[in-house]
Amino acid sequence: MMGKRYKQVFFRPLIEENPITLQILGICSALAVTSNLSVTLIMCLALTAVVSFSNLFISIIRKHIPNSVRIIIQMTIIASLVIVVDELLKAYDYETSKKLTVFVGLIITNCIVMGRAETFAMKEKPLISFVDGLANGLGYSLILITVAIVRELFGYGTLMGYELLPLISNGGWYQPNNLLVLPPSSFILIGLMIWAIRTYKKDQMVGDYLVRYQLKII
Amino acid sequence: MNDSIIKTLVVSFMVCLFCSLIVSYAAVSLRETQNINKLNDQRIKILKTASIYKANISIEEQFLKLTPKFVNFSSGELFDEYEGFDIDMYDPVYFSKQPKYSTPIPSKEDIAVIKNKENIGKIYLLKNQNNQLEKIILPIRGYGLWGILYGYIAIDSDLNTVRGLEFYAHKETPGLGAEVDNPKWKALWDGKKIYKDEQIQLKVIKGKVDPSNILAEYQVDGLSGATLTSRGVTNMISFWFSDSGYKETLMKLKYDG
Repeated sequence: MMGKRYKQVFFRPLIEENPITLQILGICSALAVTSNLSVTLIMCLALTAVVSFSNLFISIIRKHIPNSVRIIIQMTIIASLVIVVDELLKAYDYETSKKLTVFVGLIITNCIVMGRAETFAMKEKPLISFVDGLANGLGYSLILITVAIVRELFGYGTLMGYELLPLISNGGWYQPNNLLVLPPSSFILIGLMIWAIRTYKKDQMVGDYLVRYQLKII
Repeated sequence: MNDSIIKTLVVSFMVCLFCSLIVSYAAVSLRETQNINKLNDQRIKILKTASIYKANISIEEQFLKLTPKFVNFSSGELFDEYEGFDIDMYDPVYFSKQPKYSTPIPSKEDIAVIKNKENIGKIYLLKNQNNQLEKIILPIRGYGLWGILYGYIAIDSDLNTVRGLEFYAHKETPGLGAEVDNPKWKALWDGKKIYKDEQIQLKVIKGKVDPSNILAEYQVDGLSGATLTSRGVTNMISFWFSDSGYKETLMKLKYDG
């Protein structure tokens, strides 16, 4: 019984209740940090770590958080975690942290993190909250990595920095798609993914799905 | 119970205290590594500009091959002591923003659009075993399309031939202006000449350089789709090799040997 619930909490946010494609949260960083796969991977790791641990810590103290200041307390915990992650990146992966610039800091305002704290961690036990955070982080990562693969491969002809499609400018045959190099292309790619998922999961198309989805969690 | 004023204050205080402890611990304990990273990042770029960077040797060790020198832009003098600043740590870009150590550039002369110039610059000399000058590495910067490009340029011992160009920070459009980072394009600079009869001739042109042109060795292929970035690089070269830049220094080195 217990295992089944964990399984559900872990697998649903991956595709079915993916935070990006169903709730359309966390789009900002999906646009900004998906032009290069290795940078995207670090960003996903950072967000997944923050959302898992913020869920864990908030759940641990959930019974003591006064209702009137709960958002501020959640923000304090989330912001501290983000600063720690940012400092760690600057110390151990300076190259990537330079490329991510402000987007690590902006995890603080990523709605996925706040959303999970408010709808899940405030009500559930620590361990399952941690799993929920982890799963939502992975759901976010799944979309970002897919977008990054398409953008880097067809926009630069490389993947993780390795040249797969030799560019004309480097003496090869591939003419890169310049649209994919620019951030708005992520909008189009994510739009296509939402379309694909909603064609497969028809019930997501219904307007009140989000309302029902929220009720089910609550 | 949870919502009493006392509990609210106590919980908020505890959370803040705990979080601030963790944050300050992380910041303080990692500061050293971060500063080393920042320093090494610059050093790698300088070593790459001088084309002597090797990934498997420690950066500190490789960097010993380069001699930093302070430079006085107007007299062209090179020197080692400047108001007690540690030459290894002296950052010309930082001092160009300090009113006490910089001078605003009159807008007529400010072709690179950098507004302020540090009073005292810093360059690097690469010498061979016989203590002869091999290359000289000069920091340059200037406005492109979206912001200032920061980089280094290496000049041969003839003080006229470019040996390398690297940018360590810029905000140019990915795929277009950001191609200033493309190794193929950077390689085009090797062997280009800056001055022709003491006049700056080096330019990034539109399109490809025609090798039969007599000025071919003063021209670099333009970046396609990035006219303004290309122009910015040309302006940067024109500024930093003019009298307000390193011209005096280069002339002095040339005649003093």
